[in-house]
Amino acid sequence: YKSTYIPPPARYGGRHTVTLIPGDGIGPELANHVCELFRFCCVPVDFEVVNVDSSMASEDDIDNAIMAIRRNGVALKGNIETNHNLPPSYKSRNNLLRTTLDLYANVMHCQSLPGVRTRHRNVDIVIIRENTEGEYSSLEHENVTGVVECLKIITKAKSLRIADYAFRTARAKGRRLVTAVHKANIMSLGDGLFLECCKEVASGYPEITFDSMIVDNTTMQLVCRPEQFDVMVMPNLYGNVVSNVCAGLVGGPGLVPGANYGEDYAVFETGTRNTGKSIANSNTANPTAMLLASCLLLDHLKLHAYASMIRRAVLSILTETQLHTADLGGKGSTSEVVQSVMNAVQSTGPQTLSI
Amino acid sequence: MAAHTAVMSMSKILNPFWGGRLGHTVKVRLVIMYEMLILQPPPAKYGGRHTVTLIPGDGIGPELLNHVREVFRFSCVPVDFEVVHVNSALESEDDINDAITAIRRNGVALKGNIETKHTMAPSVKSRNNLLRTSLDLYANVMHCQSLPGVQTRHKNIDIMIIRENTEGEYSSLEHESVTGVVESLKIITRNNSLRIADYAFRLAREKGRKRVTAVHKANIMKLGDGLFLQCCREVASDYPDITFDSMIVDNTTMQLVSNPQQFDVMVMPNLYGNVVSNVCAGLVGGPGLVPGANYGRDYAVFETATRNTGKSIAQRNIANPTAMLLASCMMLDHLKLYGYASMIRNAILTTMNETRLHTADIGGQGTTSDVVQSIMRIIQSKGPLISEL
Repeated sequence: YKSTYIPPPARYGGRHTVTLIPGDGIGPELANHVCELFRFCCVPVDFEVVNVDSSMASEDDIDNAIMAIRRNGVALKGNIETNHNLPPSYKSRNNLLRTTLDLYANVMHCQSLPGVRTRHRNVDIVIIRENTEGEYSSLEHENVTGVVECLKIITKAKSLRIADYAFRTARAKGRRLVTAVHKANIMSLGDGLFLECCKEVASGYPEITFDSMIVDNTTMQLVCRPEQFDVMVMPNLYGNVVSNVCAGLVGGPGLVPGANYGEDYAVFETGTRNTGKSIANSNTANPTAMLLASCLLLDHLKLHAYASMIRRAVLSILTETQLHTADLGGKGSTSEVVQSVMNAVQSTGPQTLSI
Repeated sequence: MAAHTAVMSMSKILNPFWGGRLGHTVKVRLVIMYEMLILQPPPAKYGGRHTVTLIPGDGIGPELLNHVREVFRFSCVPVDFEVVHVNSALESEDDINDAITAIRRNGVALKGNIETKHTMAPSVKSRNNLLRTSLDLYANVMHCQSLPGVQTRHKNIDIMIIRENTEGEYSSLEHESVTGVVESLKIITRNNSLRIADYAFRLAREKGRKRVTAVHKANIMKLGDGLFLQCCREVASDYPDITFDSMIVDNTTMQLVSNPQQFDVMVMPNLYGNVVSNVCAGLVGGPGLVPGANYGRDYAVFETATRNTGKSIAQRNIANPTAMLLASCMMLDHLKLYGYASMIRNAILTTMNETRLHTADIGGQGTTSDVVQSIMRIIQSKGPLISEL
């Protein structure tokens, strides 16, 4: 039984409330920069900050965060570290968040950005990845010592849902080709079911071409000729690998934003979900991914003018090579980049005198 | 035989006193040593000529393997091929069982990829997979090197990928207990993980490599990939001259695309191995260039690394024969026919790098037969002249 009740938006007095989860590593500093920038641009968004401590075994922190997201409907988060030293019963916090809120679609748009020199040009791929099942069910057991079985779950309902989402998004963005990525020659029941569901949904969208490709061939084609791909839809693990390959193709983890959409909630973060522990607090992280993710957030809240203003500023700053951060081969610092973005916004925004 | 009895008596002496304290790894190490010393099948070598099983497969397999035979005949390589056809359209497993028996008999095989039709029932298992698991070819080794004559976006790549070949996601164990919900089992066992880690480190030491990277996803699959990682760490402790580190698979694929020169030897379970090896093949120039080898304890099967059937380019004389010919050189190395192997390998690399005769997949206009003719010409010009013998 699916409820048709749509929760009201958290908007009072014209200002939205958005949950902010700083996370670990470079998350807190980048979240601060986002708050700084929003304040500077007078964006009508208030952040409700919820801290999640990744070193604690209790699930209270993440439950609080989930409740805050249910209340506000929208969130911006940094990645929460999964400590390998804790026992296997400790589930990944990010995964818990995604499955509890049923954020079934992870959308990542990889585009070659002007100003960033990469080996591949004209890359423009939208990756839609199933976000809640597949290999990430966290269901494992060791019935016999030394033999571990991990279950990969594929269901018809979720595969139909993600395929439907992919085709609807492709139609909304005017895309012509949807490619399903799978490994049905080996996992014939599992990925076979996924592929069948995609084919069923494809028959309802005659103007969009549908084809499928095995994941190993896909990764090889991505490295040789990424221009051939348009929209790609796939289960969880392949989505992880393919989205990281595409992020590498367009310039690295510091440039691509990601969005997790569910029926009622949306959570925005960097596309490749890196914690960046080694570069935390050194002012060298690339803020572009997080800033573009916040623009996606503003688009979701229908604050399109603010979103395009900030996005334009961020992309114009990217073309200036002296401001590139270390991951793009430059020597700029995070604060310099954010300062320049604010200057760009100020110079192109409405003048106070003219209001 | 003497070594065999020595190991047996050593384990008998050690176990009563130290059994409990030695721990898992040493016991497993003794078991591995013991296994290596028991009966090895004799090589299929009669009258100085080896017999090798040849499985043409589908797509571009048959034509490429014909070229291999042509080159071998031309170079007077002392290898006879026993051809076994496997029909992928049949549901019965007789064909593949015949092929497996032939490989057990000969010990070595060269194969093309056998197609797995999606339209057949899920109970029809992948023939390639059946072959690998029945013969227990546990290690898939792929050496990706940038070739100077091939134009690629990345340079100076030299990565060895060692992939577990028999378990992991490829167990073909799936069921649908509830309609619309499919469970696929990914199996990771301690024995297989120790075995592949041991193989990786031994190979790294043999080839003088300095670093082994384990690729995993243990933050999500803690028990499964956690076990794999633990086994790699245990084995790494025995090889202090080699640095060991680990990397999550998503970060690995991104690093491979941005900065592939940082990797040296990589070891990983089955599915990640599939993806990573295809990414690396793409980095060095495509599926037509890299050979792959599947090693088991008693058998070895050689094929192209990315296992493509190439149905769309079959019978059109445009396939790149390099991968299959380099795979046949690896086979000759395995049979200890090093002279012939290096002769053919040099001819292939000269054609690739100096003559620059390229097929369509690497941007040239040559046909398969052109490339093979060029290789044979180079062998003829560099080889011993009949008048000198």
